[in-house]
Amino acid sequence: MDMNKSLAGRRKRQIATCAFVFLLPVLVFMIAYLVWPIIATFVNSFYQWNGISADKKFIGFYNWNKLMHDVDFWRAFGNNIKVMVISLVVQMPVGILLATFLDAGGKKFDIFKSVWFLPMLMSAVAVGYLFRYALATNGGLISSISQLFGGGPVDLLGNQATALYAVIGVICWQFIPFYMVYYMAGYASISEDVYEAAIMDGATHSQYIFKIALPLLVPTIKSAIILSLIGSLKYFDLVYVMTGGGPGTSTELMATYMYKNSFVTFNMGYGSAIAGGMFILITLIAAIAMKILNGKETA
Amino acid sequence: MKEKQDIEKLYAANKRKKTVSWIIVMILAILWLMVTFIPFLFMVLTGFKQKLETIMYGAFHLPEKLFLDNYIGVLTDINFWIYFKNSVVVLVLSLIILLFISACAAYPLSRFRFKLRQPIYLLIVAAMSVPIHVTMIPVFQMTIKMGLYDTIWALIPTAVAFSTPISVFILTGFMEGIPRELEEAADIDGCGRYMRFFKVILPLCTPGLSTLAIYNGVNIWNEFIFAFTLTQSNENRTLPLALWNYQGQYASNTAMIMACLTLSVLPMIILFIFMQDKLVKGMMAGAVKG
Repeated sequence: MDMNKSLAGRRKRQIATCAFVFLLPVLVFMIAYLVWPIIATFVNSFYQWNGISADKKFIGFYNWNKLMHDVDFWRAFGNNIKVMVISLVVQMPVGILLATFLDAGGKKFDIFKSVWFLPMLMSAVAVGYLFRYALATNGGLISSISQLFGGGPVDLLGNQATALYAVIGVICWQFIPFYMVYYMAGYASISEDVYEAAIMDGATHSQYIFKIALPLLVPTIKSAIILSLIGSLKYFDLVYVMTGGGPGTSTELMATYMYKNSFVTFNMGYGSAIAGGMFILITLIAAIAMKILNGKETA
Repeated sequence: MKEKQDIEKLYAANKRKKTVSWIIVMILAILWLMVTFIPFLFMVLTGFKQKLETIMYGAFHLPEKLFLDNYIGVLTDINFWIYFKNSVVVLVLSLIILLFISACAAYPLSRFRFKLRQPIYLLIVAAMSVPIHVTMIPVFQMTIKMGLYDTIWALIPTAVAFSTPISVFILTGFMEGIPRELEEAADIDGCGRYMRFFKVILPLCTPGLSTLAIYNGVNIWNEFIFAFTLTQSNENRTLPLALWNYQGQYASNTAMIMACLTLSVLPMIILFIFMQDKLVKGMMAGAVKG
């Protein structure tokens, strides 16, 4: 009896040791580059610090207080919310439409699939630069179209009223293929039998899509919404190279604002507070969204 | 008789309706095709233009003549090749480390029962949605302290660390799908827990690993923010930063920037042409992380 127990105990210990050995490298990376930095960011947010000198002064909640009353930060947050809402409203339906089209068309629409997929191959930086010039007032695409029809040059990015919407348009251009692929994967996971059974029972293709496929896609749509929410709130690269947050603060996002405070003006204490604020807001919004989406599921 | 006519009428109307909706769908599909493709065309063609051509004649004017100087200019720029080399080194080393340690971590998570399994798994899932910015300042500090600032070696651990959560997550799912009987057979053959990983599990994971290599490879190749903050000098920067530097140098020369842009996207396009299905599949694997 006793020996059995110690044998089982030894086996358990062996398994634990083995698991530890295999997990160690990943844990080291994750703790060093994810867990510890998050803690350090919150600690840093209580200091006044340029990030380089040893001169690091504890100032309590000063940075957080400043953040609460920082008009620029909240405007940036508002811009993030606009990006989030428009992304959802545009990218989700278009993504589903494109995926539905490709799913219905099968192999003969491969050319559409290939071309539609193209924007996904470009880095956010490349997309940002491409559209910085493609939307330029002189010689840009939109300007040229307008001039073709006898209009004047169009300055989308230089105008405070339109810049953010132009940027969001480009973001949609870049991410619609992603959601297209996402929903294609969703369609692909619906078994062939389901489709055949539906058609055998006399359903038309559109009935199959609306009555059977889309309801089955609901979990995919929900997770796509969460992905899109989180993505929109931490958006950075494309905006930073395309407009740098300007003109004025019209396209400033939380992430570009954080970057400028930390690495351009080297106010890393305050930059940490912004990053911490971002983290809290994103977690909060994601949690609320998950609650709402999953709540509907049980209802 | 009348009934039959009615049915035929209805059938014809139905068919017309079907054709009309089909035409509308096709028009929309082609419209979206143009929205996607025209910016690409603009990029490639503008690269063949001379400095002021776009500004003078607008975007839709074909190049006066095939002006190759921009492309040649970029390709003979030693800096471009340094960026390229750096990108390749970072990509290859990061991928090797990333895939190996992720597979290692997925093995006990998918196979063993131990006390900390659930918390570690949850930590990894939670880490998938952490915004990079919240780690940036401490990672910057740490990189300076380790003496890695402004070297390409600074970019490898960040690439590895931020790609691990999704990779471990996907590989854990993948390994759970590998039948246990295969391992038991190896167990009888006297393979220990450690050897089983290398001899049985790892080889069986090749499809999952190659998918992940594509998904993470694209992300690492395109990585901007850490390359931007953790390196400074031209000789230590990666390809996405080449654009940044060209922009600084040739801001008013649209054609030059577009040539550089085209060449930096080219490797991905070539990859796409030769292994489209694999690439799309890789992207899909990444997409299921929600």
